Amino acid sequence: MSSWPLLSLVTFLPLVGAGFILAVRGEQQVVARNARYVALWTSLITFVLSLFIWFGFQPGTAQFQFVEKATWIQSFGVSYHMGVDGISMPFVLLATLLTPICVLASWKMEHRVKEYMIAFLVLETLMVGTFCALDFVVFYMFFEGVLIPMFLIIGIWGGPRRVYSAFKFFLFTLAGSILMLLAILAIYIAAETTDIPTLISQQVRLDPGLQLWLWLAFFASFAVKMPMWPVHTWLPDAHVEAPTAGSVILAGVLLKMGGYGFLRFSLPMLPDASQFFTPLVFALSVIAIVYTSLVALVQHDMKKLIAYSSVAHMGFVTVGIFTFNQQGLEGAIFQMLSHGVVSAALFLVVGVVYDRLHTREIDRYGGLAATMPRYALVFMVFMLASVGLPGTSGFIGEFLVIVGAFQVSAWVALLTASGMVLGAAYMLWLYRKTIFGALTRPDLKALVDLEPREKLVFAPLIALTLFFGVYPAPLLDIMAPSVENLIRNYELALQPGTLPNLAALPNLAALLP
Amino acid sequence: MPTTLTLDLAAAAPELFLACSAIALLMFGVFSGDGASRSVMRFSVAALGVALLLVILPLGSDGLHFNGLFVKDSFGDFMKLLVLAGSGLTVLMGWRYVEREGMDRLELPVLLLFATLGMLLMISANDLISLYMGLELQSLSLYVATAIRRDSLRASEAGLKYFVLGALSSGMLLYGLSMVYGFAGTTGFTELAAAFAGGGAAGASIGLIVGLVFVAAGLAFKISAVPFHMWTPDVYEGAPTAITAFLAVAPKIAAMALFVRVLMGPFADLVGQWQQIVIFVSIASMGLGAFAAIAQSNVKRLMAYSSIGNVGYALVGLAAGTEEGVRGVVIYMTIYLAMTLGTFACLLAMRVNERSVEGLDDLRGLSRTHPMMAAALAIFMFSLAGIPPLAGFFGKLYVFLAAIEAGLYTLAVIGVLTSVVGAYYYLRIVKLMYFDEPSEVLDKPIGRELGLVMGASAVAILLFFLAPSLIVDGAVAAASSLFAG
Repeated sequence: MSSWPLLSLVTFLPLVGAGFILAVRGEQQVVARNARYVALWTSLITFVLSLFIWFGFQPGTAQFQFVEKATWIQSFGVSYHMGVDGISMPFVLLATLLTPICVLASWKMEHRVKEYMIAFLVLETLMVGTFCALDFVVFYMFFEGVLIPMFLIIGIWGGPRRVYSAFKFFLFTLAGSILMLLAILAIYIAAETTDIPTLISQQVRLDPGLQLWLWLAFFASFAVKMPMWPVHTWLPDAHVEAPTAGSVILAGVLLKMGGYGFLRFSLPMLPDASQFFTPLVFALSVIAIVYTSLVALVQHDMKKLIAYSSVAHMGFVTVGIFTFNQQGLEGAIFQMLSHGVVSAALFLVVGVVYDRLHTREIDRYGGLAATMPRYALVFMVFMLASVGLPGTSGFIGEFLVIVGAFQVSAWVALLTASGMVLGAAYMLWLYRKTIFGALTRPDLKALVDLEPREKLVFAPLIALTLFFGVYPAPLLDIMAPSVENLIRNYELALQPGTLPNLAALPNLAALLP
Repeated sequence: MPTTLTLDLAAAAPELFLACSAIALLMFGVFSGDGASRSVMRFSVAALGVALLLVILPLGSDGLHFNGLFVKDSFGDFMKLLVLAGSGLTVLMGWRYVEREGMDRLELPVLLLFATLGMLLMISANDLISLYMGLELQSLSLYVATAIRRDSLRASEAGLKYFVLGALSSGMLLYGLSMVYGFAGTTGFTELAAAFAGGGAAGASIGLIVGLVFVAAGLAFKISAVPFHMWTPDVYEGAPTAITAFLAVAPKIAAMALFVRVLMGPFADLVGQWQQIVIFVSIASMGLGAFAAIAQSNVKRLMAYSSIGNVGYALVGLAAGTEEGVRGVVIYMTIYLAMTLGTFACLLAMRVNERSVEGLDDLRGLSRTHPMMAAALAIFMFSLAGIPPLAGFFGKLYVFLAAIEAGLYTLAVIGVLTSVVGAYYYLRIVKLMYFDEPSEVLDKPIGRELGLVMGASAVAILLFFLAPSLIVDGAVAAASSLFAG
């Protein structure tokens, strides 16, 4: 298996599928049907291939695995370098898992199906590539390229205010990430390489003064992507207007790119600056958790409520990342993965009733438990997982983050924990308003329960939520060595005087006769 | 001092060939009457193709020729390839438009040939005099070409504006050249560079600085950089689209090459004097290009502001004043060529009921009526906005790399922020094509040439990332040849 370029296969297979769909000609109905099936099969095969990464992955080491390297732009020193470690590998699976689910969830889409499926397959390539890339320039290309399909998905298949939301999404994200491009170039000039493993292995120590500026540039990009308060305002708009599957990908994978960026770049490459800015991150995260939870309490639109809850949950992630301890970091990663499944599922849950009634007004619903009992059950599982009930995956992440935060500051931990209470408040309120209560409206009485296709969509997500809620060890074991390595390097970097000596060793050896 | 006239005709083979064929075609056209205009066009495209081959063939040696008036090096060869390809393709794809609009006069291809010849001379100029000769040959031909539709008020107005403002800038340039000559005592680039080496006594003289500023202003006019840009939107809008396409591609590249050669050649050691001018011009161009384009409703006007912005980005590389900077400019202009060619191919295809239209609103819903053309135009727009993995991203990557390497952080930050503003109006075109419903249906694009240029540039931009080294290596060689001497 090692001779196969598995990561490249997983990354670029969706593009091949997109090429097939592009080549389909004929009657509109036929084209649409073929496009759906090609997209489904391509994404399923991609998912199966990505399972090989999961099973072939050696736990117990922080080394990058499935590494592929080829020269790309010689004069720049940029190479096509791919590989995964315990931090990035689960995200690859998250992306490959959610894509077929999105295709399946959009099965009834009738408007420009061909372009829709192409957009999602291209998006999958870019998402997987972002998590696999081990070269800065390659990473940036995938990271930024995501904007194009997502812009089109929101803008073409979105709701009434789609144009505004698509532009806001695109320009916010572009403004943030283009500053990161300058930081990448500055790192290239300072370190003379764009190879990520070299840069994070502490062989290069950037000047602390420079680090502060670089950190801010990275922060601009990742904070917008996460999104952190106060640059989160694009997210509710984008979520509300995006089609269901677009919201799923946005909440499930795209938001995680910000957290992944902090873990992969900010912490290991800019340790001094990361330490310096920790109070800032804590402050913004705690504000995000408390403020956006309160905002979520007064929403009338189901998607908007879940969007604000995403901002709050991402606040947990940033708190966890900047605790710099094992529990906090593992909790942050686990929370991202769990949120990737749970919030994606919640958007699908909203999508189910939206497909039937074409409204997301919370007040329009009520008493669905009577007509849609299975739907109520599914909704309940994900609602409770979002709240962080023990036994669901949501609990593990939030618990670990709070444990990690307590080791740093009791206040941060306390305020973070308040987010769990507020989360319970708005999610339970949402559930009560929609599922319980009297069934008064005639159109609600006529609603049909989940059809087999929808059950198929939710089944894997429920299984994952419950399985990892009860038995999180497989995931934690995979990420533990990489996280340990990250923390070790971070602490090593902050000890004054250790590194310059280490770096000087080869030179001294060369001087000796 | 050499006393005998050394002639190395082989080194100037492309120029000589173009000059001879332009004269021959003029004779041919005159003797066969107006009906021969299509053959004249075909022959002129063929002549440009042959000239391109002559550039590629290893004819003549690199170095100075014609008593130091003319230089042949990799930089010049690379830029000449771009200019010839740009000229040839714009003439080819624009011709059907020219015929439909009834301006298929035989003078037009001949004029464009002479303009291209002027551009080649500009690129190879190694003396203030040959610089001016090349520049004027190009400019005068283009003034006439812009106003070739004598019966159209807008085209005549555009031609006149172009001529008056162009003459003004030529005057400034000439004044600057005479100042430089007066204070340095020579017109040869090589001698000038030697005089300024190390920023010596002559380097600091105030008269020389005044001359340098005027030269820079004159050249900035030719590349339509702010604050000498005011002719661009009017001329772009007023000129027939086929001529606008020509103006937007080859002359820009040639003028940029000339700007680079002048500043990095004779004035290389005065970098401290001209760097701030270039930085200012660059920031102003990027800013104006981004903000002024937002309010436009005419596609050609929008492209004029877009080209002003693009010149600003290319100048970011020049502002660095390093070899990496020149490399960035060369890469940027190469990609600019492909993006602009493709975009203008789309604009030429914008016709409703046999009538050319140029409103932004005419693009509404294009993705439903012409999916391939819309996809191509969307690729050009995303590329112009600098979104990876499209080619435009690499252009920006290399110029900003040079700027950061030279420590011009403010310039780089302003540059990327204006590119976010710029992204807004490029996205607006994508929005019109993809998010809106069609209002009126455009005609089928006329001619295979248009489709071919559109498709080829779209594919080139889309797949540039597969083999960026093809262009980058050439640019590296071109940039290093400028620094070899």
